[in-house]
Formats: sequence, C-alpha cells, structure tokens
Amino acid sequence: MLEIRNLHASINGTEILKGINLKVNAGEVHAIMGPNGSGKSTLAQVLAGRDAYEVTQGEVLYEGKNLFDLDPEERAREGLFLAFQYPVEIPGVNNTYFLKAALNAIRKHQGQEELDAIDFLKIVKEKMKLMEIDESLLNRSVNEGFSGGEKKRNEIFHMAVLQPKFAILDETDSGLDIDALRVVADGVNKLRRKDNAVLVVTHYQRLLNYIVPDFVHVLIEGRIVKSGGKDLALQLEEKGYDWVKDEVDNQPVQA
Amino acid sequence: MNPVSSPNEWYLSQFDAFEKTLNGESKSPLHLLRREAIDKFHTIGFPTSRNEEWRYTSVAPIAKAEFKPVLQFSPSGVTRTDVEKFSFDTRHRLVFINGHFASNFSSVGSLPEGVVVGSLASAVQSSNPNALSSLARQLKIDETPFVSLNTAFLQDGAFIFVPEGIALDDSIQLLFIASEKKPFLVSPRNLVIIGNRGRVSIVESYVSLTDQYYLTNAVTEIVAGDESIIEHDKLQNESRKAFHVAMIQSRLGAKAQFTSNSIAVGGAIVRNNVTVVLDAEHSECTLNGLSLGTGTQLIDNHTTIDHAKPNCASHELYKAILDGKSRGVFNGKIFVRPDAQKTDAKQTNKTLLLSDEATVDTKPQLEIFADDVKCTHGATVGQLDAEQVFYLRSRGIGEMAAKDILTFAFASDVVSRVHVEPLKRQLESLIHERLDQGRLVQLI
Repeated sequence: MLEIRNLHASINGTEILKGINLKVNAGEVHAIMGPNGSGKSTLAQVLAGRDAYEVTQGEVLYEGKNLFDLDPEERAREGLFLAFQYPVEIPGVNNTYFLKAALNAIRKHQGQEELDAIDFLKIVKEKMKLMEIDESLLNRSVNEGFSGGEKKRNEIFHMAVLQPKFAILDETDSGLDIDALRVVADGVNKLRRKDNAVLVVTHYQRLLNYIVPDFVHVLIEGRIVKSGGKDLALQLEEKGYDWVKDEVDNQPVQA
Repeated sequence: MNPVSSPNEWYLSQFDAFEKTLNGESKSPLHLLRREAIDKFHTIGFPTSRNEEWRYTSVAPIAKAEFKPVLQFSPSGVTRTDVEKFSFDTRHRLVFINGHFASNFSSVGSLPEGVVVGSLASAVQSSNPNALSSLARQLKIDETPFVSLNTAFLQDGAFIFVPEGIALDDSIQLLFIASEKKPFLVSPRNLVIIGNRGRVSIVESYVSLTDQYYLTNAVTEIVAGDESIIEHDKLQNESRKAFHVAMIQSRLGAKAQFTSNSIAVGGAIVRNNVTVVLDAEHSECTLNGLSLGTGTQLIDNHTTIDHAKPNCASHELYKAILDGKSRGVFNGKIFVRPDAQKTDAKQTNKTLLLSDEATVDTKPQLEIFADDVKCTHGATVGQLDAEQVFYLRSRGIGEMAAKDILTFAFASDVVSRVHVEPLKRQLESLIHERLDQGRLVQLI
C-alpha cells in the first residue's frame, strides 16, 4: 500500500530524514518509535504533504502512485490521513461544517455521492458515540479551546468519519490520560480493516498495548535502524533507546 | 489662475447657484446654517496629508474632481426592481436617490404613536421642533471640512424620532442609491433622536446604479437618550468609482447602549468616521468594523470614543481583509477625560493581507487623563496561517477552498455581531461573492 524508498527530507537546509525505507501492506499496523528529535513527526508531516519540509531524495509510492505528485488535499482524497501531534485551532470554522466539507470533498473525488446534512449527521452521531465525544464539541470552532485530550480525540473522530485507507497517528498518545488513551485506541481498533493500514508514530510503548502493531521500527537520527515485531516495543520500553544506538554505532558503516 | 479651478471655489460657486434656487427660503434658520458651513469650508478647504487626521489618506482625487451637487430629486430611471435588489426584509424603509427622499419607493409601515420615520426635509418643512432644534446643534459635531461641506449642501436625509419608552421591533433601512450620469455630489444628512429607554435598529445602505464618478459625503447624527438601546449598522457597497466620506456621530445618555457595525466593501476611496461621546455615567458603546479591499481601493476607518464621564465602557473591533493593491487605514482614538474614572475601554484592530501588495496603516491613539481606568488596545497584521491552511488541506479540502474558509471565518467574526438578521444574511452572501478561488474578486 505504501512504500518509502530512500527518503531524505530537510527543513531550512537541515537534513532530518536521512534515507528511510519502509513498506506497509494493507491490513498491517506499523509502529515507528524513536527518541525525541529522531525525525518521527517529520516523517508523518512529509507523508501528509507539509510544504515546510523539502524532500531532497527518494520517493514514496502510495497505492502505486508517486505520493509527491499529489497535493496534501489530493493525498487526503486518496485516503491518506494524518492525526496531528498538535491539532491546529481554527477560530470561526465550525467543527461539523468543516468535517462535512472534508468528507464531501473526499467522496466526490472517489466518485461517491455527496452527503446532505441529514445523512452526514447520522454518520457523525454514530462516530461521536464511538469516540465518546461530547456533542458540544461539534458546534464549536475546530479545536478552539479544546483541552489536549479533546483535541486528540477530535483527531480520531475525524479519522472515524473520513474512513481513510492509510492513517498516520502522530504521537496521538501524548497528553492523554489512561481512559482517553483507551477510548482513542478502541476507536482506532474498530476502524481497522483488511484493506486499510495504520502507521503509529510514538515515543512510548504505552499506546501499543492497545493498538497492537504487526511491526515495530526504530527511528534514530533520520534512519530506521532496527525493525522487529511487537516485542521490540517492549524491549525499548524496558531498556530505552540507548542500546539500539550502541548496536548501530558498533556496526560497520555502509559505503 | 482661473478662480473656478480651486476646489473650494468650485463648491463656492455651486453654493451660489444653489442659493439662487431657494428664493424666500434663503433667510430660513436652515439656510443660515448652510451659509455658516460654506464659509467654514471655504476657509479650511480640503485636507492635505499634512493634516494628521488625513496623513494616510490623500483626498486629492476628490478635491480635484468637480462634482456637481444634485439639488433636485432626480430618480433618473431607477426602477422598483433596482430598489428591491438592495432592500432587505423590513417594514420600515426610506429610500433616497441621489440624496433626495424617494417617497414612492419608501414604505414606512405602521409606527407606534409619536414615532417619526421620514425625510429630514419634510421634518424641517413642517417645523418639527425636534428636527430644528437638534440639527447640527445637539452634538457640536466635529468640524471637519467634509462635515462643513455636507452642511453647506444639506437638503435631505432621514429623520428618525423615537419618543421615551418606545421600542421598534423591526429595523429601519435607509437605502441611499446613487444614479446620476455626470460627476456628482450627494450630501445625505441623517438625524436620529431616541428618547429615554427607546430602542431602535437602523441600517444605512449605500449603493450605486451608475458607473460615473461621484462623492457621497454623508453625516449621521445620533442623540441617544438615557437607557436607550441603539444598533446602527452601515453597509457601504458602492461602485469602484465612488468616493465615500462619512461621519457618524453619537452622544449617549446615562446607561445608554450604542452599537455601530460599519461594513465597507465598495468605493475607490472610503473614509468612515465614527465618533461616540459617552456623555453620562454607565453608558456603553460597541464599535465594530469590517473592510474588504481589493484592486486599488483605499478604505480608511477613523473612530473616536470620548469617555467624558465615569463608569462607561467601550468595546471596539475593527477588521480588514485586503487583497490586490488595496490599502487600509485604521485610526482609533480613545479619550479618557479627567472625570472619567472607572473607564473600561478595549480596542482591537486586525488586518488580513491576502496579497503582497496590499498595505495597512494602523494607529491606536489613547489619550488618558484619569488614573483609575482600564484601557487596552492591540493590533495585528498578518497573512493566512500556513498551519491552518495545511490542516484543512490535509483533511481533503482544496487549497483555495481552505483559504476561502479561513478568510470567511476572519470576516464572520464581525458579521456575527450584527443583530439585524436579514442584513447579516446579506453580508454573508456578499462576502461569499467576493471570495473567489481564495481571493477577493476584482470587481472591475
């Protein structure tokens, strides 16, 4: 579904991603873990199309298409979704109005009929229940004045409504208490299908207790230095990232 | 030098011509007022940019044009359909064409006893004591060149009188249509007197049915009685060849609440002055403004809030969205007089620049002579937030649509403060029309 080949990206001339290779198939959940500043969020933002980052080398194939040929909105319409680490507040733009515009833009692109207010509201009510979202959040401006937890929950609520094929969750666990974490993880798990995939970007193993990954990758200094199964996450939780670093440092440098 | 080539001389000669048409009326108190005003205008003349009040706005294009005052009612082909296009749903509507009352297009509807909603000319004609005693007298209206010019050619406008304790449920629309075919001057003069505990909403709409150059030079005087509640909304939506200078001046009694929403979207050069004197304790004013500029438009908003007495509050929010090579000006004066302790004044000015060539000058001007007061002001100038645009796009919304949504949100912050529902809807669709592909459409 998604294949990243030798991806290099920089911001303001500083290289952050230094050759990422990763392949994600439909039905899989991958976790990217790594210490602060390793490039996890950069990877998430580059995949979503944030133009503050410059892709200097490599390519990403998404369902056979060159991802970098697509604008951010085209990626979204093709089923790519990013749950932001820091969801953006948008005063004056109603959460529901915004979501309806987004869903209809996606549906239109995918050749489906646009939803009217009544059908849209049906979906919204159903997904609200799933995410245990308070109805009042719907009538407020997007993320404005939301608590940290409400913002994160709102992201997964957007995901639930938009039903992406490939979802990237960027540090969705940060700032969540244990109950909220469970709700968010339940929401994600209920959205898992054979034909979609999830990339979970996280610093801690905690979220992975709830969203169990098929593969775990360790990102350090802009490269994936180790990959493994879900047990790798437990090892990282227990031993930290230093041992992976040591392991990498002791390997001969590839030419 | 040809004497008529000086702008002041031009209007002096126009005044003489006007005077000749008056016959016996030329000794009336109203005409004495006009004489006084033309003399004053002749002495001070049009302002230059050396005048601090006009530092950012050159009126040279206005001064050098020879606009002919429209002295007679001249509906010149204006149809009922035209009028309906600019009307919104209300029972009380006064229509003025080129500054003169158009009774056949107006509908006053039924009014509570004692309420007057009509033309100022007929109020003066019928010697309405309130009209005569208040006009240009109650407020000691600011002596600016344009106010003097307005008074010099003062003929008509709206006269609204609401006696003590009366509330009007429906809003009053004052529709000013400009339609002459040669360069012309219209000088609407509105007088609003609201008694104690009176309540009223008034909407002034300025529109064009001509592609000729002209100047609307309007003055509105509002006297707000104790505990009165007044909303005054203004929509300036004239052609891109129109010049528009206006003064709205209001004086508030004790516990009066006055709101002014001023929306400016049309015109080549627009200068709006809103002045409020908080002249008795516990009065409160709210001044909101929204400018949409594109092309080479210049939209200048000057506000003055005079906290003359203690325990008064003022809230001010002026926003501008500027595209193309348009320019915006905001100058917000707040005076707090030595007496005016416990003043609470807040001023906010925000400008959204949609192009690299649009500019704004913003100047808060607080002069505080009392010591126990709360006064805040803030100004921001910026572009659309890149993170917000990206967030919307990452959800599937196109770039242009995302920018439209954010621009509309910026504007709706002001529009939502208009309480006259049909006007609010009119404004929303107007802004939607002006937003095209994330930009304000070039109208010409």
